[in-house]
Amino acid sequence: MNKQKLSIWLLAAAVPLIALAPLPDFWIAQLNYIGLYALVCLGLVLLTGVGGLTSFGQAAFVGIGAYTTAWLTLNTGMSPWLTLFVGLGLTAASALIVGFITLRMSGHYLPLATIAWGLALYYLMGNLDALGKYDGLLGLKSLSVGSIDIGQGRLFFVLTWTILIAGAVALLNLLDSRPGRAIRSLKGGSQMAEAMGISTFRYKVTIFVIAALFASVAGWLLAHFQRTVNPSAFGLKMGIEYLFMAVIGGVGHVWGAIVGAALIKLLDDYLQVALPALIGTSGSYEVIVFGVAMVLVLKYLPDGLWSVVARKLPKAPRSVDWLSAPELPARSKPAAGDVVLKVDKIRKEFGGLVAVNDISFDIGAGQIVGLIGPNGAGKSTTFNLITGVLSKTSGQVLFRGEDISALPSRDISRQGMARTFQHVKMIPDMTVLENVALGAYTRGNSGVVSSMLRTNQAEEQRMMKEAQRQLERIGMGAYMHEQAGNLAMGPQRLMEIARALCCDPALLLLDEPAAGLRHKEKQGLIQVLRQLQGEGMSILLVEHDMDLVMDVCDHLVVMEFGTLLTRGTPAEVQANPAVRAAYLGTEH
Amino acid sequence: MDFSIASILLLDGVTNGAIYALLGLATVLVFTVTRVIFIPQGEFVAYGALTLAMLQTGKTPGTVWLLLILAGVASLMELVERWRHHGKPLRALRSALKTLVFPVIVSLAAIWAAPHMFPLWVQALLSVAIVTAFGPLVYRVAYQSLEAATPLVLLIVSVGVHFAMTGLGLLFFGAEGFRNPPFWDERFSLGPVTLSGQTVIIFGVSLALIVLLWLYFERSLRGKALRATAVNRTGARLMGISSHTSGQLTFLMAALIGALSGLLIGPTTTVFYDSGFLIGLKGFVAAVIGGLASYPGALVGALFVGIVESFGAFWASAFKEVIVFTLILPILLVRSLRSGHSDEEH
Repeated sequence: MNKQKLSIWLLAAAVPLIALAPLPDFWIAQLNYIGLYALVCLGLVLLTGVGGLTSFGQAAFVGIGAYTTAWLTLNTGMSPWLTLFVGLGLTAASALIVGFITLRMSGHYLPLATIAWGLALYYLMGNLDALGKYDGLLGLKSLSVGSIDIGQGRLFFVLTWTILIAGAVALLNLLDSRPGRAIRSLKGGSQMAEAMGISTFRYKVTIFVIAALFASVAGWLLAHFQRTVNPSAFGLKMGIEYLFMAVIGGVGHVWGAIVGAALIKLLDDYLQVALPALIGTSGSYEVIVFGVAMVLVLKYLPDGLWSVVARKLPKAPRSVDWLSAPELPARSKPAAGDVVLKVDKIRKEFGGLVAVNDISFDIGAGQIVGLIGPNGAGKSTTFNLITGVLSKTSGQVLFRGEDISALPSRDISRQGMARTFQHVKMIPDMTVLENVALGAYTRGNSGVVSSMLRTNQAEEQRMMKEAQRQLERIGMGAYMHEQAGNLAMGPQRLMEIARALCCDPALLLLDEPAAGLRHKEKQGLIQVLRQLQGEGMSILLVEHDMDLVMDVCDHLVVMEFGTLLTRGTPAEVQANPAVRAAYLGTEH
Repeated sequence: MDFSIASILLLDGVTNGAIYALLGLATVLVFTVTRVIFIPQGEFVAYGALTLAMLQTGKTPGTVWLLLILAGVASLMELVERWRHHGKPLRALRSALKTLVFPVIVSLAAIWAAPHMFPLWVQALLSVAIVTAFGPLVYRVAYQSLEAATPLVLLIVSVGVHFAMTGLGLLFFGAEGFRNPPFWDERFSLGPVTLSGQTVIIFGVSLALIVLLWLYFERSLRGKALRATAVNRTGARLMGISSHTSGQLTFLMAALIGALSGLLIGPTTTVFYDSGFLIGLKGFVAAVIGGLASYPGALVGALFVGIVESFGAFWASAFKEVIVFTLILPILLVRSLRSGHSDEEH
């Protein structure tokens, strides 16, 4: 964080210096354009680099911002400082519509919709009389404060880059916060995020709208800087170029947006002169170079140019500022003897196949129940039915007396049921601590705006404190600042348990926690489970390691071919001939 | 609007719709087999029409040079990658040469034939052959090493390829537009509607191609192999179906369909180097109506797009494109409501 803060201050300090420096006006104008383009790319960093969604229609949002202010200031005489907000409103509305329609479906529908929508908007701008058809609108006023013209040259440079840096800071703040961690979890598929209580759809729409708003501000600035608007700057070609800038600069990095914007703008200007001179006729040949460069970058440097720089930069560990923070409120825990989970005849059919056939069992407070059975017995499906990842064909699940049968997994998680995954699902480029803090998502409520403005720090500290506490609870305190992707399998699984614990659950569901663990690590896991049990936690365990299962479980549920084979204590189950037959086959 | 105008518009819409249908089918085909959303499909259309136009003037079409360059790059990549992978230089060389064979033969034939001014149908065949040869090469050069990438990365690559192909189109064909002569000059009167020979050809070829595609996928082993790849790539690979070959074959078919569409549309409108994009995207809208997965869905979608476009052009000609491309939003809304929740990886 310190490094990032330092670089922001450096950049912020450089802006007035550059403005005062004896640079030719041409370069100031170039820097103005670079700043405007980078502002659009910032939105794409959030959307594409962090969120894993893509839009080719950012230019259209720039267009909405630009045309709104152009039309309003020319026709109604409104102040540009007001039209900015009208433009933002219109942009948000259209982004919401496109987002709501496409983001429920798989990832490629959004870019497709933005292509079609960007084209439609381009032709609309080009054919409406009120917007001056393809000639556009002319004669806009420059931006001014009182009688000072800040819409041109050096003052405009200061304005644009101040907005750009403020945007970058807001984005960095956002990414390092409760909603930010939720946004960073989007890329890995929705299952884990939803299990942490995050509405992935809502966040997808949110980042799409934020990206559109960045573009809209750029459009507003551009309109008053150029003092004219016409459709060509907002067409699909420009929309694609914005994405190129972000990808080439490094779409995962905030600074990549600026690098990419600078590079493409300068290259574009150069090629537009050099290539026609080389070829001998005029035409936009630079698209050939951009197209080829795009393919090459995606092939050989998929994280963009900035990633090369980022790799060289030292990473300072997060400064620990939460030790004196109060603890997060905890939910009431079930009393000894309560039934925590009651599974009643749940059933799942995939077409004609009955994967889970009317399974019933209970889990009491402080009990460890093992769900075992040969491969393909339907254990994981049962798990997914209980946690709401899959919908049940029939049956009922009661959690602490409440019916959760019809709830989606994120609501179940909010009720205090936390889980881990058979294949570890985490955000590899976040630290262990941040990954674990994701588990506390439902226990906070700071939103996007307060995170951007950094007024969320009190809650943030409480979350970090909780994450650290849970890591230490399972003996992972030493790994706190490690990047999660660097962990070995064993610590990764423990980290998932810590993350689940961070939800403050009454019931913990562990899906094969010992898979891939070494002997020592298994011993450690057994200890952790016993310790949790001692603290009153109920645990449902799917596991293949029989030594571990027999050792820690109080009660076993044995499944075979989707049906319940038997239930009982480990000793009873071990003695049961049907269980032996299921695992080892029968003698003839 | 009276009945005669409506029927003229309807015919017009269905004619264009037939071409969008072909492009929509190609889009679905490419997406299901390779997960590539192939934005440059329309470029093949423009390349096809313009290659024929150049042959009509007796010049060697620029596509030939482009094809040779691309084949050179592809075979070089093949040589290097195979050599690195297997360490057998001879085998690598053989497969590099194999990449070169078809493009070089087609190019030589085109260079030889260009000044001879052969009849239209010979030139048409030659144009189709040239553009079809692009398909596997484009796959080889741009997509093959990214087979494992997400659809999103492949989509961005597609946009890059689209940029490059449009720019190269400008370089090799120039900014001038061409209109090809019709393949059949006959005209038929059907009540208020006049049916041109070209329209009949468009219907005939589209229908024939659809039937051929159906036969190919239902009746031939290769077609079934492609379908297997579409269902499950890993499974198909385990059955000995190479994903490289499947990808190249799919792109070959996409290029073939694109080139034919170009020949069909060439006589009905003036084609510029960048005209393909909009035409291809309308095929695309059609494919999206079919959810990028259903051939009959794409077919119905294409006819719908064609008809909407022709009626849109009649009522509000300036906003024809706006109408067609805004259409995708309600369609996606319906699909989104019907699918209910997001498609999730398992």
